[in-house]
Amino acid sequence: MTEHEGINIVPTDQPPTHPATLVRDFTPDLIDVGTHHLCAGCGEPVAMRAAMEAVAELGVVQRTIGVFGIGCYTAFSNNLDVEVLQALHGRAPSLATGVKRAKPDTFVFTMQGDGDMVNEGLQEVIHAAARGENMTCIMLNNGVFGETGGHMTATTVIGQRTKNTLEGRNAADHGHPILLANILAGVDGSAYIARGAVNNAHNVALTKQMITAAFESQIAGRGFSFVEILTMCPTGWFIETGEAPDYLADNLAAVHQIGVLKDIARA
Amino acid sequence: MTARLLEGSEAIAEAMVAAGCRFFAGYPMTPFTEVLEHMARRLPEVGGVCMNAESELEAIGMAWGAAATGTPAATGSTGQGLSLMQESLAEITLARLPLVVLNMARAQGDYFQATRGGGHGDYRHIVLAPTDIPEAVELIQLAFHLAFTWRNPVLVFGDYYLAHTAQSVDVSPIDHGARDLAWALDGSSGGSGRAKLVSPLGGFKRKEQSGYNLADHYSTCADATANMIAGVKPLVETGFVDGAEVIVVAFGTPGRYVRAAVRGLRADGVPVGYVRPITLFPFPSEAVARACEGARHVAVYENNQGQMIDDVRLAVLGHAPVHFIGGLSLDSSGFGIAPDLDVQVLRARIEEVFAR
Repeated sequence: MTEHEGINIVPTDQPPTHPATLVRDFTPDLIDVGTHHLCAGCGEPVAMRAAMEAVAELGVVQRTIGVFGIGCYTAFSNNLDVEVLQALHGRAPSLATGVKRAKPDTFVFTMQGDGDMVNEGLQEVIHAAARGENMTCIMLNNGVFGETGGHMTATTVIGQRTKNTLEGRNAADHGHPILLANILAGVDGSAYIARGAVNNAHNVALTKQMITAAFESQIAGRGFSFVEILTMCPTGWFIETGEAPDYLADNLAAVHQIGVLKDIARA
Repeated sequence: MTARLLEGSEAIAEAMVAAGCRFFAGYPMTPFTEVLEHMARRLPEVGGVCMNAESELEAIGMAWGAAATGTPAATGSTGQGLSLMQESLAEITLARLPLVVLNMARAQGDYFQATRGGGHGDYRHIVLAPTDIPEAVELIQLAFHLAFTWRNPVLVFGDYYLAHTAQSVDVSPIDHGARDLAWALDGSSGGSGRAKLVSPLGGFKRKEQSGYNLADHYSTCADATANMIAGVKPLVETGFVDGAEVIVVAFGTPGRYVRAAVRGLRADGVPVGYVRPITLFPFPSEAVARACEGARHVAVYENNQGQMIDDVRLAVLGHAPVHFIGGLSLDSSGFGIAPDLDVQVLRARIEEVFAR
């Protein structure tokens, strides 16, 4: 055991002498259980936390209905203290449309992944945007089907290795990635479109601002709002957990560029 | 309210409004199109919403979302469009939500789709098959009542004749009693520590159950389905069954032609009768079996290659031979306008069975 005056260094080469104690629970109020079942290094819980903090801060907890797609993040659909409607893979925007149109006083967001939103149900989000549905869609974009173990989606970037593009995605065989936020920004009816990321503290703060702005857009009744969030998936990217934030910056964010693409409130 | 002369699609739309339906979503397809047109006009007048969805997939998705808020909701199409909706129909059943779904079918080839379902998993839908417009008006309202009572989709099986013919009909609301909406979402349980979850994966919260338990949920749904099957009263119309040597079974529009053919044969002293299942699921097996008890032969007319005949055979259980006297009978567009639907044609086929 190394001795350093004034510094309590815990030895890691032998079992701890007493169990760990919880100093403080940092779980946001709207997330029931703070520990998650997702892989170490996953970006989705960070994005989920940002979204739930924004719901709480905007004071819409008692009129919020979250509509969930199917992916790893679905693990949070039964772990929130806001009402949740679970959709089929790809179908959250149409369910959310039904909720919002039937009960216009509710605050409605969808939570979907890139496989869910861009592969399975692409037309849903484009039509919802074009109708100017007064709701917010959130897309967690990690460029792979994480839940199936790392397969190519429509947002996988060129060169990215997945289980069904073992040598890396190439345009000749697998086509080009779809940049959804860019498409939605060009659709009349969309009010706020942004792309964030959760690969470092700065981007998490930026993304939280984007989610808040999108939610405020809905509260103001401006129409369709959308935040795409680049999230780490070290398991599906087949890299070390610690390398994932930089991999995101160097690969995904190089193609799916971070920023606010449209904000009619500031136009 | 007094009776008004209404086209079937308009009468169906008015019956949905009378039943409290305030959300409808659809995608045009003959002969469902006119129902959508009438709902697009009528729902805004009563504070409801009608959505012209980008496809049948989104039509049922929108109806699913509205249904989850406890809003009486409906969608529909022809059997072709319902094929696209089957995945959602199966999941809506597992999410235990009330929804009314119209199949304005082309002919009767969708009997299996309606009664067996084309989706995945161990689910069932109640299926109601009106024979004419006044009965459709009653059954549409019953459909909403059953959907809310059993929290399960209810299909109404119509056709081209029902949609496109007119009849004088009274579309006054029928009181089926209050609906329990304790399960419905409106956001208000957020922050209570017990926020509601409506999911085809079950309503378990992770803090209580350590995640989803699909075995428990699917068992709960199976029990609900069994209770529904036991609790829904099978509906049937019978005629001239006393002393009948041949019983003819038909559903929907063809049921009216069979009724007329049998009435004519009886008037001429030929001892035949008919049974018309009104609930296709649960199938009125006991009523069919009872009606066929004394019969030498059973004949089934359907405008398809023979689908309901399976259920008739299961009901009769070999007590009498069951003959198929139907067959595909279509116009060139395939809409189901049947040259066979001619009382004399049906009479001749029934007489052939009688002569055996």
